[in-house]
This record gives sequence, structure tokens and C-alpha cells, in this order.
Amino acid sequence: MLRFLVRRILGAAVILVIISAIVFVLFYAAPRDPARIACGKACTPETLELVRKNLGIADPFPVQYWDWLKGIFVGRDYASFGHCPAPCLGYSFQNREPVLSTIADRFPTTLSLSLGSSAIYLVFGIGAGMLAAVKQGKAVDKIASSASLIASSMQIYVVGVLATWLLVDQWHLLDRASYTPFTENPAAWAKGLLVPWIVLSLIWTANYTRMTRSQMVEVLSEDYVRTARAKGMSRRTVFFRFAWRGAMGPIVTIFGLDLGVLLGGAIITESTFSLQGLGMLSVKAVSTNDLPILLGVVLVAAGAIVVFNIIVDALYALIDPRVRLA
Amino acid sequence: MSTPFLSVRDLRVHFSTEDGVVKAVDGLSFDVEKGKTLGIVGESGSGKSVTNMAVLGLHDPRNTALDGEILLDGKELITATERELEQLRGNKMSMIFQDALASLSPYHTIGAQISETYRKHTGASKKVARARAVEMLKRVGIPQPDVRVDDYPHQFSGGMRQRAMIAMALVCDPELLIADEPTTALDVTVQAQIMDLLKDLQREFGTAIIFITHDLGVIADIADDVLVMYGGRCVERGTKREVLRTPQHPYTLGLLGSMPSLEGPVDVPLSPIPGTPPSLLNPPTGCRFHPRCTFAEKVSGGLCSSQQPALEIVDGRGSACHLSAGQKGEFFAQYAAARAN
Repeated sequence: MLRFLVRRILGAAVILVIISAIVFVLFYAAPRDPARIACGKACTPETLELVRKNLGIADPFPVQYWDWLKGIFVGRDYASFGHCPAPCLGYSFQNREPVLSTIADRFPTTLSLSLGSSAIYLVFGIGAGMLAAVKQGKAVDKIASSASLIASSMQIYVVGVLATWLLVDQWHLLDRASYTPFTENPAAWAKGLLVPWIVLSLIWTANYTRMTRSQMVEVLSEDYVRTARAKGMSRRTVFFRFAWRGAMGPIVTIFGLDLGVLLGGAIITESTFSLQGLGMLSVKAVSTNDLPILLGVVLVAAGAIVVFNIIVDALYALIDPRVRLA
Repeated sequence: MSTPFLSVRDLRVHFSTEDGVVKAVDGLSFDVEKGKTLGIVGESGSGKSVTNMAVLGLHDPRNTALDGEILLDGKELITATERELEQLRGNKMSMIFQDALASLSPYHTIGAQISETYRKHTGASKKVARARAVEMLKRVGIPQPDVRVDDYPHQFSGGMRQRAMIAMALVCDPELLIADEPTTALDVTVQAQIMDLLKDLQREFGTAIIFITHDLGVIADIADDVLVMYGGRCVERGTKREVLRTPQHPYTLGLLGSMPSLEGPVDVPLSPIPGTPPSLLNPPTGCRFHPRCTFAEKVSGGLCSSQQPALEIVDGRGSACHLSAGQKGEFFAQYAAARAN
């Protein structure tokens, strides 16, 4: 287990370095110069040079990248901002705020959005999928299957706007999407996020319903399920003790990846509901050429995916004794 | 002749599919006595596995129609409720399957799978059931059973997995054991060990065994009586000796002809049966074997392609063929002579 963790964490670090390097290179491939934008219209070559220095982009880009990378581990000294302690992700080109605190500020919104909707879609998706698998071929199955097909082909920006219009504006059932920190007021936190949760989980529930159903159906046709029936186990026992266990592996795998993606910032969801999470932050960073923020968000997003991958692999070994961690 | 433990009368298993009704088993009757082994031989799709799944009631009720009579120790199984069948499965009747790796749950230890069956049918405590599992593993010849009981199936070798499966099937001392090609996936030495094990266990407990196989060599080793199936019907029945030494049906003859003999000369070529197994969706008219039968044209009046031959059983011996006894004697001898040349 320890060996597995060490190996995977080292691997993850390498992946993150490569990803950040790619973002760096792509950024410099873009034709816009952040220093010129920051410098404004009446910009002399001298001021431009000064702005470059202040932003920490005067050096050639391999040196910049190295400085950035080093900053994460040992901190970094800026001409204009002074010392930035490790882990230092730099300062925003746009508003000169430290990247780390900006991300720390935005992350809880994204986290609440992802975890809340995940909880809903897991319960309903897996539940409906199992029900459809038990009632294979019957009306319940057909309804669940076709409903999930319709739901999974819907888009957040349509359903989200529609749901807000109906539930909030027309029927006044729920509150408009907003974010209140959980620690401040849990009730307001849940109330403000309910509409995005419902919309997000509606679409994801559909995916999980279909996946759970097909997994269960597949496992139910396995030889060992037949053996279990041949030794006198009831349908119910077989379903919950054997089939469920077999279907869980793939579901956990997909969920780990999905949660990683959600945590990286659900760009469309956040912009549909005007929630200031990581997704919105990255959109803004791209449109304003804000490299440090962009790098920070990418690092968090990639980190989330990598971490959940490791957790999934560890869980998989728990579920299936044939899988060994190495 | 003692009363049979399992008695199957005119069993019909029909599947409804999108293309029509598949008559997988079409009027099959047989008996199995305690302490005896009935070998069921046939090609893939001849209905041998379907028959036994029907005995256990494990067919898919949504698309399967069962008809006829299945009496287990006097109890009618076709009309039995699911709950009644659950009480019998694994308890009075058990089944072992071909691919032990796929047939054992990969998520549970061997011990858990054996004791689960025992607890289900006896209500024993976990501790007692575990001790029973160890005892069963020891009985089927697993070394260090008290350690291996906590292993998962993938940690066992192929032969050991099949032993574990037998242990699981026999944990409640069933009176009927259905073995569906249990040795097919094993190499010959292990195969011989498993057969010996089954024979020993049968001697010890007096279990009635139905042994399904397509391997006549295995039949020669283990069976008392043999039932040859073709296209969902029984084409020949008799004791092992009768069926293997003096086959009365061209299909049985063909099966024997497609097997090498250890006693005869080595250079005798094998003569496989021409053609492919019949479609059970649109079975051939008349005798289902007639399109592949070497002797079909010897019967006058095209009887083979128009009329289904009746299976006449006298003292457990019989075959379903239009050839007369005299014709069989003559043609089968010619066939044997032709092979020897």
C-alpha cells in the first residue's frame, strides 16, 4: 500500500509538471502580451520593461517557468510584491492578488457545487439503475431507460436557464442560485445551491442510471450469479450480495473521474448560474491573459483528477480482491 | 429396480425468441437412481444443459415454457414455487459447472461461498459453517484446508477450483448432483483426479449423479447408464456397456467413430459426423438426424425425412431409429469394417 502510494504520488507530480509546462508554452504561443495590456495606451518602451519586471515576465520563458516551479516549493521574491512564501503560485496579472488566496476563495463554491450534486446523482442514478436492472424489460425499466436517455442529451445551459425561469421566476419555489459559505450559514448555503444541484444532477443522474443498469444486467448474466442461484440463494440475495459488488467497480472508476472533472470547475454550470467558482475564474483568466491564475486553476483541476484517480485505484482493490496495488 | 430419485417425464423446454419458438428440449424422459450415474451425451445445443437447468428451475421464466413432469424424490418441480425450489437447490440437488473460475464469485473467499450455502440450508452459525467448509475442502483433497479456506478463487489452480466447487455443491449432502461438463476445462491428469473424487464421494454418500458431457471417454469412465441426446431429444438409451459396445443409433455410432480407439490399430482415420447440429428453431422434418445420417436412404419410403421415429424403451434400453434390427446389425458391421480398413 505504501509503495503504491509513493509510486502514484511521484507519478502524479510528474504529470502535473508536464501539464503546467504545456500551459506555459501555450500561453506564450498566444499573440497577446500581458505586459502591453497592463501598461495601457500611453506606453513607452521603458515603462513596458518595468511592467515586465514587475509581473515577473522579463526573463526568457524557460527561466520564468523554472522560477514559477521553484516558487511552489521554496517561495519566491518579486520586485513589486515582495516575498511570496511557499507554496507560491505567483500573483494575478490582472488584480495583483496572490493566486493561492484567489483559488482558496473560489474553491469552496466549486467544491459545494460538485459534492452536493454528486451526492444527489449518485443516490438517484444508482437507485434508478438498480431498479431498472431488477425490473429488466418491464415498464419501470423502459421508463427509466428512456427518461435517462432524454435527460442525458439535455444541456446545462438550456435546462439551467429553464429551471431558473420556472422554479425561481415563475413559481417562486426556490431561490436564485447564489453562494453563501457553509460555515457562515448552512441553511442559506443549501438554499442558494439547490437549483444548480438539481439541474446538474438531473443530467448526471441519467448517465449513472444507464451505467448502473447496464453493469448490473451484465453481472447478472455472469456464471457465478447462476452458481449462486444454483445453491439456493434467492434473487434478492444474489442481487445485493453478488451483482451489486460486481457492478460497483466500474461505477466507482467513472465516479472518481467525474468528480475530478467537476472539481476542476464546471465552467458551463458556473456561468449559467453566475456562481464564482474555479470554472468562472479560469474563463476570466483566459480572456484576460492572466497566466498565473490560469496555471493555478489548471494545477488544481489536474491535481483533483490525479488524486481521485489514486483514490479510485485504491478503492478498486478493496472492492475486487483480484486487483493488487503495485 | 428401486424407485428413481429423479424422474423426468416428457420434458419440453421451449424458448420464445424474436425469430420464433426454439424447442431446446422436446419430449425427454429419464430416471436417475440413488448411487447411480447417468451420463448425458450430446453435441453443443443438443439440449443437455437446458434439461438440467430446467431440473433446477434456473431457466429464465420470462421466455421459457416448461412442460412435462420432473419428480425429485416424489416432489413435482415444474409447478413448485420459487421459494420451494430455493429450499431444494444446493440442499437436495446441486450442480457443478464447467468453468469453475467464472462460476465462483471473484469477490468472496472460497470459505465464504461454501459456508454461505451451508448456512442458508441448515441455519448453522458462522463458526460451525466455517468448520464445515474446512472439513469439505479437506474431503475434496485441498491441502492445508484451514488456510486455503480464506483464499479467493483466483488464488486456486484450475483443478483446485473445481474441487472447491464440488465441496460447495456437496456441503449439504445433496442426494442429486448434476455435473455439467465439470472436467472439460481441465487437463487430463486433473480430469482423472476429479472423476475419481466424484466416484469416491458417490460411493460414500450414495449420491445420484447426472453427468453431462460430450466426451465419450469420460462417460466410459464414470457412467452407469447413458442417454444420448440429439436436437433436444433422446436418440438412444441404455447401460454404458450396451451403448458404447453395441450402439443402436447411427448418431451414437458416429460419435464413437469420431473417437480414436486405444485398442485398435493407430492408423485408423477418425470419421467425423458430416454436417452441423440441427437448428432447433426449424428442426428437420422426420428424424432430426436424417440430413446427416449415413443410412437414411437405406430406409424405404423416405420414412426418415417424413416421420419422427419413436423411442421404444425396453428395460431401460432403446433407440429412436427407423432402421430395423437386422439392418442395423448389417450396416453397423459394414461401417465398423470400413473403418478398420
